[in-house]
Amino acid sequence: MAREAALAACLEAVLGSRRSANRVFELLEPLAGQEEPEHIVSAARTCSRLFGALLQRRELFVGPLPEQDASLAESYSAEDKYRIWMRHRYRDCVGCLGELMGHDSFQVKELALCTLMKFVELEAQYPLIKIEWKGTLTFPCDLLKVVVDGLLPSKEDASLLISRFQEYLEYDDVRYFVMKAVTASVGQVMQKTKERPLPFYQQNVFSLISPINMPNKESEMVKFMVKQDNREELKLSKLQAHKHVFEKMWLTFLKHKLPTGLYKKVLVILHDSVLPYMNEPTLMMDFLTVAYGIGGAISLLALNGLFILIHQHNLEYPDFYKKLYNLLDPSIYHVKYRARFFHLTDLFLSSSHLPAYLVAAFIKRLARLALTAPPEALLMIIPFICNLFRRHPACRLLLHCPGGPADMSEDPYVMEEEEPSESRALESSLWEIQSLQNHYHPDVAKAAAVLNHSLSEIEDDISGLLELSAYELFDKEVKKKAVDVPLEFEQVRGLFGKKNDIFAEHFSLD
Amino acid sequence: SNPFEVKVNRQKFDILGRKTKNDVGLPGVSRSKAIKKRNQTLLKEYKEREKTNVFKDKRFGEYNTKITPEEKMIRRFALERQQNYVKKNIYNLNEDEELTHYGQSLAEIEKLNDIVDSDSDTEERGTLSAELTAAHFGGGGGLLRKKVSSEQQEEEEEKPKSRKELIEEMIAKSKQEKQERQTRRESALELTEKLDKDWKEIQTLMARKPPKAERKDKEVEKPKPDEYDMIVRELGFEMKAKPSERLKTEEELAKEEQARLQRLEADRLRRMHGIEEEANKKRPSHMSADDLADGFILDKDDRRLLSYKDGKINIENEEEKEEEEGEEEEEEEGEEEDNENEEESQEESASEDEDGAADSHSDLESDLESEEEASGNKKEKKHMANENEPQNVEKLDPKREAAKSELPYTFAVPESYETFKSLLAGRTIEQQLTILERIQKCNHPSLAVGNKAKLEKLFGFLLEYIGELATLDTPELRTIDKLVLPLYNLCQMFPEAASDSIKFILRDAAHDLEEVIEVKGRATFPGLDTLIYLKIVSLLFPTSDFWHPVVTPAFMYMSQLLTKCRIATLQDVIKGLFVCCLFLEYVSFSRRFVPELINFLLGVLHISLPKNQAQGYTVVHPFTPVGKNLELLLVRDEEDLKSWEKQNVPLSIVTRLKETSRTEINHTRLSCLALCFDLIRKCAALYEPLPSFHEIMHPIRILLTQHVPVNEYPEKLQECYHSALKELENKVKHYTPLICEKKKPVPLKQYTPKIVKVLEFGKKQAGNKKEQERKQLIQRHKRELKGAIREIRKDNQYLARMQLSETMERDSARKRKVKELLGSLATQEGEWKAMKRSKWKN
Repeated sequence: MAREAALAACLEAVLGSRRSANRVFELLEPLAGQEEPEHIVSAARTCSRLFGALLQRRELFVGPLPEQDASLAESYSAEDKYRIWMRHRYRDCVGCLGELMGHDSFQVKELALCTLMKFVELEAQYPLIKIEWKGTLTFPCDLLKVVVDGLLPSKEDASLLISRFQEYLEYDDVRYFVMKAVTASVGQVMQKTKERPLPFYQQNVFSLISPINMPNKESEMVKFMVKQDNREELKLSKLQAHKHVFEKMWLTFLKHKLPTGLYKKVLVILHDSVLPYMNEPTLMMDFLTVAYGIGGAISLLALNGLFILIHQHNLEYPDFYKKLYNLLDPSIYHVKYRARFFHLTDLFLSSSHLPAYLVAAFIKRLARLALTAPPEALLMIIPFICNLFRRHPACRLLLHCPGGPADMSEDPYVMEEEEPSESRALESSLWEIQSLQNHYHPDVAKAAAVLNHSLSEIEDDISGLLELSAYELFDKEVKKKAVDVPLEFEQVRGLFGKKNDIFAEHFSLD
Repeated sequence: SNPFEVKVNRQKFDILGRKTKNDVGLPGVSRSKAIKKRNQTLLKEYKEREKTNVFKDKRFGEYNTKITPEEKMIRRFALERQQNYVKKNIYNLNEDEELTHYGQSLAEIEKLNDIVDSDSDTEERGTLSAELTAAHFGGGGGLLRKKVSSEQQEEEEEKPKSRKELIEEMIAKSKQEKQERQTRRESALELTEKLDKDWKEIQTLMARKPPKAERKDKEVEKPKPDEYDMIVRELGFEMKAKPSERLKTEEELAKEEQARLQRLEADRLRRMHGIEEEANKKRPSHMSADDLADGFILDKDDRRLLSYKDGKINIENEEEKEEEEGEEEEEEEGEEEDNENEEESQEESASEDEDGAADSHSDLESDLESEEEASGNKKEKKHMANENEPQNVEKLDPKREAAKSELPYTFAVPESYETFKSLLAGRTIEQQLTILERIQKCNHPSLAVGNKAKLEKLFGFLLEYIGELATLDTPELRTIDKLVLPLYNLCQMFPEAASDSIKFILRDAAHDLEEVIEVKGRATFPGLDTLIYLKIVSLLFPTSDFWHPVVTPAFMYMSQLLTKCRIATLQDVIKGLFVCCLFLEYVSFSRRFVPELINFLLGVLHISLPKNQAQGYTVVHPFTPVGKNLELLLVRDEEDLKSWEKQNVPLSIVTRLKETSRTEINHTRLSCLALCFDLIRKCAALYEPLPSFHEIMHPIRILLTQHVPVNEYPEKLQECYHSALKELENKVKHYTPLICEKKKPVPLKQYTPKIVKVLEFGKKQAGNKKEQERKQLIQRHKRELKGAIREIRKDNQYLARMQLSETMERDSARKRKVKELLGSLATQEGEWKAMKRSKWKN
């Protein structure tokens, strides 16, 4: 308490008369030192009040700041000298706060962030830059750069602090300058590391830029931190400019190699919150193409972005279907992004101009892989395959082949073949689905049994089935009301007492 | 017919579609027909117009054409005889001969026989012997005859025997008889008294009443209403034991049991194929000529039959099912008898025997046990049936009685789980079982209204208790092993409640799993209790059903376990393999395909291999081709490999694996591998009929043939490996192209025909239907009237003709007669003239 009182007294003294201006150092000292968090906090608060008041009083030097030593010699008035000196203290304070953003205690970090943002706001209002002509940018970019650098440490995860920062990103001008600052920061930092990924740094950048909410229309851009009279003429108010900065930021970010987890995260949001806000979405082509070529889940995810490019921006992609075909492996039924993938696959295969051999190869491969799929995926894939049959009646040979050879010793379909045209799918039959008619889940068995009969003309709607989860299925089954409950008629003779009990062979009750 | 007789009505215009009735007429034929007819009817009437008497033919069946002449004759003859016979002459003395014996009608003697006997029994006075009566009163005719013969005999033997001697002899004889009778009765009395006393002793034992004071004055002349008598009388009023069906022979029983099992099996198969019962019903069934059309259908779900307890039908089920099958009714009867049996208890030896028979019969009927256990269980059932009175148990099973001497006999159903637990705490397994059994007995739903709900709760408690036993540090699996028996019985009694509580547990477990997945992204295997629950599901419910309210969710849950839970430790592998076993057991009958099972087995094999070998196959979630937790089942230690012996994996290992030594862990790993091989073998056998069997097993086959280091394995394990591989390789590859079932031709859509009235010229169309009908009737009436008038006219003409001809005939006859008379007169006149002339001449 005593210290706080002392700080308060100090503050009053400094603000009160310029004679005791040197006591500023007493305020700045705890900010730099390794003090207790509480002390730092109170000191930071006091500083914030002090410089806030000074800024409002315009008692800080405006214009390019001369060197401290130089200022003494130069022919400045005493007033100017004081201001220059005070401005230097202000700079020290900002520097200290910037460093404090990397402090261990979150409380300190948060306060440092808030204080800096308060300075940003005040500086924007009472600019420290000389307005030389009408339309000079008065936004304190340098100060914001300090904040952004503080938000993006390369050694630790700062997602908490970043989420605290989100509220400032609501301001259109702040967002604009933050995007600029991030672009600059990524450029600097990544250049130093020379293609080595920095997981934390990149993670932080991602968590900072992924929630950025771009406005859809120019008329929506009304929330500015600093009110400026002539903002109509400023770049700041142009959506085009925002988009440009946004695009540049993402391209810079994605230029560098990403860790796998982050890769997936980026791809997940790419089509939704990045591509629509870019001036030139085709610029993402390289990134997506590379991602598509990587294989596995990343390829699955890249598909979504690629689809938008192909669909809306005329992207020409050679061997697209071949690659898609090769993406199909047992894991597709188990991955998290199953719904998204099948939604897209459905779109890609919806064209009726696809050759029959290709669709047949897809059908056969999907069916083959379905032999390892969980029931929730099966419930989705069987109607999916049915739909394919409906769209491509030529493929019904897989279901109904009356004139074929009576007996085969081998399935003609070649699973390992990468080229769909060579897979001989059309010579085969869909025995996999026939096997699935014996699936233990009643709904799956029923769905598979549909293929026994000729299909109806109307396509099934699979959009509701894409997101089906195992728990939902379970819940549905549990909630079904049964009229009566059949019982086992064989008398129980103990836990493992059944005839030919498998457990009795391998487990003992000890 | 003669073409000249045909009259053709020529049509002016031919009208298409009009039928002409009268285009050709035969006037001659029809006229002669009409005359003939009138001859038969009108003429007859006319001729008999002044006659009043009628001739009636009463001969039997004279005009009945349906009877053949022979039969007619026979019947007439029979009738004649009958008439003769029935005609009874009351003055004919010879007609009825009554048979007598000693002057009494034999029929009467037969009727009164009993009364005479009982009289002589109750009254002290002795009856007069027949001989005595005969001597005194002479007796009837029949007797006399006999008497004569006997006297004749006597006379032959010892001739002189005076009447006095005879009487004396008779008196002595009768006295002796009387004495004998008395002694006999006394001994009988003694015996009944003894029996009475014994009975009373037993009765006090049975009814747990304080024995009443012994009756003091037994020798009283007129005994007060005795308890025994009362009971006898009561018994007289009570329902007599009905004749029950005969005891069935072993063969019959076996056959019946087989039939029952077959029926249940058929039912199970039906459910397995997912055929709805309704579908079966809808089919129009064949109607027998003997069908009473009372809606009695024999083919229906007789699953309820199972829910018996202590040889009794579950009351609840009876209420639910109004229509009982024949067999069931039988059993009900058996039950009734049973009840009577219990109430009346052992009073008469004879009835006891009978009851015993009925009892065992009903037991046999309701025997639920599988064939093998038939005899053993019968015994058990027998005493279960009597167990409403614990004394019976004591009698039947003294050993058991000793064992549970300290247990009370009645238990209330615990209201909460805590009380339930405290009830079972500290008891041995047998005692726990007995307690549970008694709780069930004392609170049988038939005894009180609320018992059903209470016992349903008991099922939940028991389930919870089992779960708790399984989660202990050292799981008491032996206890659980025994506790599933009462669980099964309760489940049979209350299928709905049981399924609800198990579903509740499953839902909880699945919910937990889902939560963990949401929070952590990956789940861990649940505890042993959940696994035990899943096993219990397979014991209580048929797992082969196409859909089952409990089993299907269990399937879903197990599928989640195998796909979502991470495999981080050896315990996880064991639990996973346990779930695999469960899956295999669930589908063992229905042979349903479980992809998760194959995936998991592949994964287990994969983690038994050294790293970086995955070639030619892909493992799926939760196994990964690379990463940690590989080599979980890899055993490198030569010593351990050598010293391993095939043994069952103790289930408790999942909780205490940490304490075991390295060697033991290695051995467990090898056991797991052996289990895995065996499961693969079983899967291969199970899924062989699937058309894509080879594709399903492809990854496993590759792994087995190319990657598994067989030669390093111990011999036993190699055996397992080879048998699994053999099962996989032996299958023939056989593919036939699919052919869709032929689509039924869709019938063209047809509309109900639109009926438009044909408007014909000349017909009266006006008016509605009723009006038209009326008009039609009027017209018809007119026509009929015309016809009738015509007929009458014709009749009159005919009659007139007849009268005319009659008159003509009469006239001509008269003319003839007049002529004759005139002729004769003329001749007379002539003769007279001639005579006169001659006279005159002469």
